[in-house]
Amino acid sequence: MKSINRRDFIKLGSGSLVAGSAGLAIPQLAIGATKKVVVIGGGAGGTIAAKYIRQSDSSIDVTLIETNKEHYTCFMSNEVIGGDRKITTIKHPYDGLKKYGINIVHSMATAIDADKKTVMTASGDSFSFDRLIVSPGVSLKYNTIEGYDEAAAEVMPHAWKAGHQTALLRKQLEAMDDGGLVVIAPPGNPYRCPPGPYERACQVAHYLKHNKPKSKVLIIDAKDKFSKQGLFTQGWKARYDGMVEWVPAADTGGGITSIDAASMTVSTDFDDYQADVVNIIPPQKAGAIAEIAGLTDDSGWCPVDLGTFESTIHPGMYVIGDASMATGMPKSGYAANSQAKVCAAAVVASLNEIEMADPSYVNTCYSLVAPDYGISVAAVYRLAEDRSKIAKIAGGLTPGDASPDALQREVLYAYSWYDNIVADMFT
Amino acid sequence: MIIKRIAAGMLLCITLSQVCLAQDGQVTMLTSTCVACHGSEGNSTGPAIPSIAGLSPIYFMGAMLAYKYDDEDELEAVIDADIDFEDVEVFTRYSTIMGRLAKGYTEEEIKLMAEYFSSQEVVRPAQVVDVAMAKEGKKLHKMHCEKCHENEGRSAEDDTGVLAGQWQPYFLYSMHDFNDGERGMPKKMKKTLDKINETVGLTGFEQLAHYYASIQD
Repeated sequence: MKSINRRDFIKLGSGSLVAGSAGLAIPQLAIGATKKVVVIGGGAGGTIAAKYIRQSDSSIDVTLIETNKEHYTCFMSNEVIGGDRKITTIKHPYDGLKKYGINIVHSMATAIDADKKTVMTASGDSFSFDRLIVSPGVSLKYNTIEGYDEAAAEVMPHAWKAGHQTALLRKQLEAMDDGGLVVIAPPGNPYRCPPGPYERACQVAHYLKHNKPKSKVLIIDAKDKFSKQGLFTQGWKARYDGMVEWVPAADTGGGITSIDAASMTVSTDFDDYQADVVNIIPPQKAGAIAEIAGLTDDSGWCPVDLGTFESTIHPGMYVIGDASMATGMPKSGYAANSQAKVCAAAVVASLNEIEMADPSYVNTCYSLVAPDYGISVAAVYRLAEDRSKIAKIAGGLTPGDASPDALQREVLYAYSWYDNIVADMFT
Repeated sequence: MIIKRIAAGMLLCITLSQVCLAQDGQVTMLTSTCVACHGSEGNSTGPAIPSIAGLSPIYFMGAMLAYKYDDEDELEAVIDADIDFEDVEVFTRYSTIMGRLAKGYTEEEIKLMAEYFSSQEVVRPAQVVDVAMAKEGKKLHKMHCEKCHENEGRSAEDDTGVLAGQWQPYFLYSMHDFNDGERGMPKKMKKTLDKINETVGLTGFEQLAHYYASIQD
């Protein structure tokens, strides 16, 4: 593009209004002051980072790169599987973010050039940045359970990324005969949404109880304890006694090691189980682009400075949400939202060469045991003085002796949580 | 007062400068932890988590302090010790999760949050309202509530709660908690609630919920 010198710029500025977008763009380039942020991934973290940067400093040029034109939230997708919610209610378009002046590019980020500070996309475009925020979520580690690959996932859905997979699992439950066996196989830690598999067991059981009461839900776990365990165990007993059974890793020698999609069989070191519906939630790692860009370490996750979420491998690049190693916080949608806000503040401060505010983090996570039975975990966090962890300073679980009225309130608060976090992301 | 000093500082931040960025940054950092549940600028999209925009700072601080300190004597001591809390009344509050979260914030942070949310414009959402119930609620409001909750419950004057446009389930939960003694209130209000309970009973609170939800401007 034609460069322009300072005097020409002043002439343009002080003269009559410059017509056309090219005319407007030139002075910005001439000043060379426009700072560019690229955000990869339009989920719980990326949408918030893009929006909050623009809200804090509208002089920063923000581009959001996201493959899909619509986002299906993972949160509340278990209610779709249980049948109480339509999948259309968890689908959200990106149009609402345009009013913040975010450039939204619907393409897949395929590569990041750290030296040239450029992101390449599948559409063949490249986008330069001063700061990059990567919020790619998780990628599923296929073939860690023998036989469980992408093709098998069409038979035994993971439903751990909302959308097609969610609908598929729902359809299989609807097609199942009464008296069927549903197997849910949660992975070992760490993984996206720690209480998710157990809430899913509740939602599946809720559907079966009212429609196919002779059926059973068997959770074959790859670990020996899990999030909100006491509350879930209590909920299963109260509402789905005899219908939901949880098998810890210790009883099977470590959970499911192989599957055979053709015969609908899952196997542990000790036993084979033939099931009617199988939900394999495989082990996970940071989303593909993080690995391609070299932002991951041997663990498969991205090490970051916990006060800014700047990569400790590539300065100037930030990783938020499930893909990051946010030591102390769970991999939840709300944690991603909170991290995005801290990261946005860090990026704005860094580009303006000012000190950022003291980071403050929060997580609130609801699980729906039944339509009138909600439970939650909530926490407020601060950065540890030595920056070694995001330390919980307050919070806790729904008390074990919560009244039916309190449990019912938590359901309506969960719905409100959903509506407000979605509004935060997309409007 | 610290609160007034902060408010003045925020007003000066009209133009974008580095100082303003830094100052706004601290407020945004804190208040952004609230809005993913309570809605942008504190205006909840419902259906039950309350809007917190436009509350008086005194009301807001009273609520947060009550969530933070379970022990009434401790709460009283905290309020007595700080000049900024001199108008805050000591009332306990029942909650599901706010009691767990509020303990994570300092008194100074609670002041910053109070100042921010009190200065946000209230957006009253569209809610499904039973017109006949709302009409009865209006009568009850005029008879019992308007004296303190002025301007059809829109006013935050005298540090009362903002009722107009509040989400119906939250309003009913609150009334339930007041009636159950799980949430404290001024003596005057207790007398009023007793009167509503004696004359119309629980239906009266439902009528009031519909009435306040019917106010959408």
